[in-house]
Amino acid sequence: MTHKVEIKKNEKLTCDIAFFSNTNCNLDSGYHLENFKIAYKGFGKLNRNRNNAILVCHALSGDQFVAGKNPITNKDGWWARMVGPDKPIDTNKYFVICANVLGGCVGSTGPKEINAMTNSHFGTDFPSITIRDMVKVQKYLIDALNIEKIFAVVGGSMGAMQVLQWTIDYPDKLENAIHIAGALKHSAQNIAFHEVGRQAIMNDPAWNKGSYKDTETKPERGLAVARMIAHITYLSDDVMHRKFGRKLQSRDIISFGFDADFQIESYLRYQGKSFVERFDANSYLYLTRAMDYFDLTENFSKSVEFSSQHNKHINYLVISFTSDWLFPTKENKQIVNILNYNTRKVSFSEIETDKGHDSFLLDEPELDLTISGFLDSNFIRLQDK
Amino acid sequence: MSKKSIRNDWRLIESMIDPKSKVLDIGCGEGGLIKQLEASIHSDTRGIEIDPELTRKAIAEGLSVVQGNAEYDLNQYSNQSFDYVILSQTLQVMLKPKDVLNELLRIGAKAIVSFPNFGHWKIRFQLLLSGRSPITEGLPYKWYESPNFHFFTIKDFQDLCKKSNIVIEKSIGLTSKGNQFDLDKKVLGSNLITSEAIFLLSFQKFETIKIQSKQKSFYNTSAIVR
Repeated sequence: MTHKVEIKKNEKLTCDIAFFSNTNCNLDSGYHLENFKIAYKGFGKLNRNRNNAILVCHALSGDQFVAGKNPITNKDGWWARMVGPDKPIDTNKYFVICANVLGGCVGSTGPKEINAMTNSHFGTDFPSITIRDMVKVQKYLIDALNIEKIFAVVGGSMGAMQVLQWTIDYPDKLENAIHIAGALKHSAQNIAFHEVGRQAIMNDPAWNKGSYKDTETKPERGLAVARMIAHITYLSDDVMHRKFGRKLQSRDIISFGFDADFQIESYLRYQGKSFVERFDANSYLYLTRAMDYFDLTENFSKSVEFSSQHNKHINYLVISFTSDWLFPTKENKQIVNILNYNTRKVSFSEIETDKGHDSFLLDEPELDLTISGFLDSNFIRLQDK
Repeated sequence: MSKKSIRNDWRLIESMIDPKSKVLDIGCGEGGLIKQLEASIHSDTRGIEIDPELTRKAIAEGLSVVQGNAEYDLNQYSNQSFDYVILSQTLQVMLKPKDVLNELLRIGAKAIVSFPNFGHWKIRFQLLLSGRSPITEGLPYKWYESPNFHFFTIKDFQDLCKKSNIVIEKSIGLTSKGNQFDLDKKVLGSNLITSEAIFLLSFQKFETIKIQSKQKSFYNTSAIVR
């Protein structure tokens, strides 16, 4: 490899950024990515055998701040209840790495960053990216950190897509794979919801064909609507009924107008509003597109069946949630079935909850126990070898 | 069922398995048996369990266990992909035990099946004397709470095997006191004193016949007794 890498601390983002130059990184779209940067954060310590690294892949709206404090929102990291000292993914024991995906907007190369060629923001000049591209640049990072083998790759939703891609593209780099609430492919219904979100952004006059950074007005209304739609798909009918029902927001009677009369309306508006403060609209377009393009229906079974020598050692854990209609149990089970058909080491657990797709981010004790039990028992096994 | 009889059960199952074999345990619970097999005879194990709680316990033990229903999730396993398929104390809760039995031998070269014997003398006497559904150590449930759909005896099972071209390679009976004896030897009254039976099964020698049809070619395993 002839590429160069330089890792620098970023004080403002309280994380590290790896700058790769002179790389030979070809994206699925055919675009040649010569230089790129990956913002990432490490938690815990790499042990002497360098075999305790866990790579956490974040979902659509996530970032590298999986645990600890997020310096942008000043709130806990998006999976702080799962990752940290004495948490299910225990950073006293494991070295957890989380990197902002390619095309993201929290320090990694993406549409929000400056294009060195033109000296202005990439905007929609940014190349189209895929889940495979995201994983490809993560591999650059893992190599730069001198980690021969990752103990586990873990992710939910878009993160789960990356986990599957890892097992196909770099199976000998990992020991265990935890796939939570994902699928072999993004379904037509999921593409449909994403398309509505993208239309909301692109129809906001402030979007300005993606070059809003120059006009200093962002398509915030469009992005907020996109987030509101998406947020509905992360919940379930039951949990909405349980949490909000038809309860009114700060009033006793309906207004006969279009204010947020209902609590659910107010909740969604809040979700939309807080999202635009931390997320880039173009990035949202690119990442949703990457998910839409995701389809491993053929490649996954082929890889499990024919390159058996490369991925035979992997322990897979697949987890789904009963009320998740975005990535339902049925779709998660397809992955399990392919693995079982080829007598791979796979575990599968369906967790009973009414919290929908978002369950993987929420307080689900059974999820915690399954993940910590799976990791810890396999870690003991690895040490015994 | 008492703990003692579970362990006896497992010990006998282990004695039927060659070391370093590939083993699938159907209805593996929290994985106690397969964990034991991994530790003592280096089996390469998988499990399937219907109960979510038990499945999670097995996963936390580092075992490869999937949550699923043996009644309709066995089709995900490919033909002859295991050396042994175990169905321990589960056949009586299956809706279609005959189909499940055939599935076991489609997936595995050999099958190990254990079940409580409904022909045990205590059960016969209870029904005869009290006129009510029997309750014993091996079958401890009231009729309206029992998970068991089917009540069958050793003789019933032997008949089914014969009918389905299944060879009984080995069969062991356990008395309620934990004494074991060979069921193959056709000891008089063995159906009376066995409270729990364990069978090692395989299909009668098969030949795979390839049948060509106009649309597609498919394989049919028809029994040819040599």
